[in-house]
This record gives sequence, C-alpha cells and structure tokens, in this order.
Amino acid sequence: MKATSTDSPEENTWNGGGKQPFKASYGKMMMWFFIMSDALTFTGFLGAYGLMRFKFIDSWPIADEVFTHVPFIHGDYPMYYVAFMTFVLIFSSVTMVLAVDAGKQMKQLKVTTYMFLTIIGGVIFLGSQAWEWKTFIKGSYGAVALSDGKIIQFVDLYGNQVTLESFAAPATNNERIQQTRSTGIWFESEGSITSVTLRQVKEGFANDKKIFVRTELMNKRLKKKTILVRPDANELLKRATHVVEGANLKENEYGNTLFGNFFFFITGFHGFHVLSGILINIIIFFNVIVGTYDYRGNYEMVEKVGLYWHFVDLVWVFVFTFFYLI
Amino acid sequence: MTEITHRSTVSHAGLIWKVFIFLSLVTIVEVKLGISKPDYLHLTDVLGTSILNWIFLILTLVKAYGIAWYFMHLKDEKKWFRRAIVWPVVFFILYLSFFVLWEGDALGNILREWTRWTY
Repeated sequence: MKATSTDSPEENTWNGGGKQPFKASYGKMMMWFFIMSDALTFTGFLGAYGLMRFKFIDSWPIADEVFTHVPFIHGDYPMYYVAFMTFVLIFSSVTMVLAVDAGKQMKQLKVTTYMFLTIIGGVIFLGSQAWEWKTFIKGSYGAVALSDGKIIQFVDLYGNQVTLESFAAPATNNERIQQTRSTGIWFESEGSITSVTLRQVKEGFANDKKIFVRTELMNKRLKKKTILVRPDANELLKRATHVVEGANLKENEYGNTLFGNFFFFITGFHGFHVLSGILINIIIFFNVIVGTYDYRGNYEMVEKVGLYWHFVDLVWVFVFTFFYLI
Repeated sequence: MTEITHRSTVSHAGLIWKVFIFLSLVTIVEVKLGISKPDYLHLTDVLGTSILNWIFLILTLVKAYGIAWYFMHLKDEKKWFRRAIVWPVVFFILYLSFFVLWEGDALGNILREWTRWTY
C-alpha cells in the first residue's frame, strides 16, 4: 500500500498536481474565492449607499438631472453617455470570453487579438469615467448653499435648471479676483473662487422675476424637486452663505454631500478595479505573445484573468443600476 | 490521474454573441425606460418602491445571471462548486441589504421629524 507522498505531482492537490477538487484548478478556485470576497466588499459599499439614500430619501438628488452630458455635444442628454460606457464594458467582456474560447482551442493569434481588444475596451471605459468625473467636479449650473448646508438651485418658468451666470448681476470692480502667486508678495495658494459671487446671484435674482428657487425637497407624489414661490425663496436666500459650483468631498451643487462622496468612492473603487484589470490583462497579453501558454500547453491563465474582468463588468451592472437608473 | 484538459475543439463563439445581443437588448430597454420614465411606472409604488425601480432591479439581476453563467462560464463548473460560490454570496448580499435598507428607512423616518424645509 502506498503512503501519501507530497512530492509526487500526481498526488498534489495544489501546485499543479493532478488532484483537482470540483475539477477546478487551484488558481481558478482561488480566483473565485477572491471574487466572492470582492463581491461582498462591493455589497458593503453599495449597501452603505442604500442606507444613506433611504435616510435622505426626501431630498436625494435625481440622477438623470445630474449626469446629462455627452462629450462634444451641448444640451441635456441624460444617461446616453453612461449607457455608452456600459456597452463598452459589456463588449470588452465579450472579447475577453472570446479570448478564453480561442485559448481552449490553442489559437494563439486569436487570443492575442481578442486580448488586445479587451484592453482597448478597458482603456476607453476608464477614459470615459475620467471624463465623467471631470464633468461632475466642474458642475454645470451652480447652486447656492444655505447656512445649514442645504443646497438651493435656480430654475426658469418651466422648471428647467438655469446657470447662475445666466441671471447673475454684472460683476463690479469690487468683486473678488482669483489670487495667484505672481500677484502676491507673500502668498501660497487659494482654492478656486466661483465664477459669480453670492452678491451677484442675490441681485440678479431680485431683478429677474422669471427665475425661481428649487429646493432639495422631493415632492413625493410627482417625484420632482419642490419649486418655491418667490417670497419663500427670498426667505431662503437670506440664509445663503456662499455659491457652490461643481462637486468636491465637502459639498456639491447637486444636493446632499453624501451623493458626491458615494459617487467618488464607489465609481472610484470600481475604476480602480478596471485599472488593475487592464494592467493584469496587459501582462497576460504579453505572455500570450511570447508564447508562455502555448509552451505550457494550456491557456488557463487567460481564463482566470477573464473571470476577474467579467466580475468588474458584473459590478458595473449594479453600479449602473443603483447610481444612474434607480 | 485526473488531468483536466483546458482544451476544446468546438468554439462557443455563437453562444457568446447571442448572450451579448441579449445583454445589449436588456441595457437598451433599461436606458430607454430610464430616459422616458413613463408616469404609470415611475409614479406607481408597489412594495415600497416604484414599478420602474422593480423593473430595473429585475433586469439587473437578469444581466448579472447572464454574465456569471455564460461569460464566467459558471454553467460549465461542477454543480456543487457552483453552488459553493453562488449560494453564500447571494445569502450574505440579501442578509446585509435587508438590514441596511431597513435601518436606512428607519433613520429617514426619524430624520423627517427634525428636518425643516421652510424658514
């Protein structure tokens, strides 16, 4: 009777041994376990987002009023750009799975092509996300913050949001200008100042009777933000402290600060996954080119990195739903 | 020795493209609904949220299933390996989601009493 020997590769469970529980190799199984833990991490983040969203359900920003921009095109096109990003990621998933499929048939050239396309798809997605962040940080309409941190926005007669510049009073010579090092004797730096001042907004609002104030409060029945009559708006403007343009981690023009925070954190964390996915894909891509897997006799490595790549796509499906659709 | 072959002579490209077309169609439906937001779906609440949100949730799960089963080829794995992966994750996600959303709702109900919107 043969004793259990650990140095015989045929008896080894791991390290390339012949024994494979569930007919899944060590690497693949560990990739799956990693994906499980990562899935739960994202669950935690999206769960926290859900908790805060339910907490502030009366005033949470409406996503398709926030993400309305498409590069090179002016005007409001809600969702189109994110839909494009979703397609790019799904398509790169398809090329990835085609690479795995070609790998099983040991077709090196095909694997190379499909891996290349997958990497390109990932880069396009990451670039799109960078653009999305830039637009989000820059902001589009501008808003005014009240002393208790609430955000008020400005709309026209039809309830469409208008930019602060469109109705703000003209700037006077006394207006603050952006300071720079070159104009100062002793000066380090300052944060960027807003394009219009609170005084300009207040004066402009007083002069233009066709501008109305919209609060964060959601009308439950219509699922739209509440627009105030002008006397009420004047009461609110008395509490105004400063102009907010765009978004950062402390405040944003779209409404609740947490909305911006979760956007940055969750899409950022997902984007980081995409970035590492691209890097791993590039490593595997070069391994395919130099023939590592052809020599090894199987393309299982492509399959493992493919699992990770599909998982990134899978997470995006949920991020897309919870941030942009619901 | 139970050598696992990672080789196969048949290509599954046809099936892959079919899944892609299906996932694309689902996404197009989602985006169309997300843009048009028909009032009868958006403003009608069923079980705590709008019908539209339920549609989005179900379509998302359908997409997730498509990706996991065909792209991550869970369907080709051994039955109990598949279950070992899917069941715990699904269980923990449901478990955590239920409690955090429930708590979020409770926090919202408390906060509502203490938030003023007019001055």
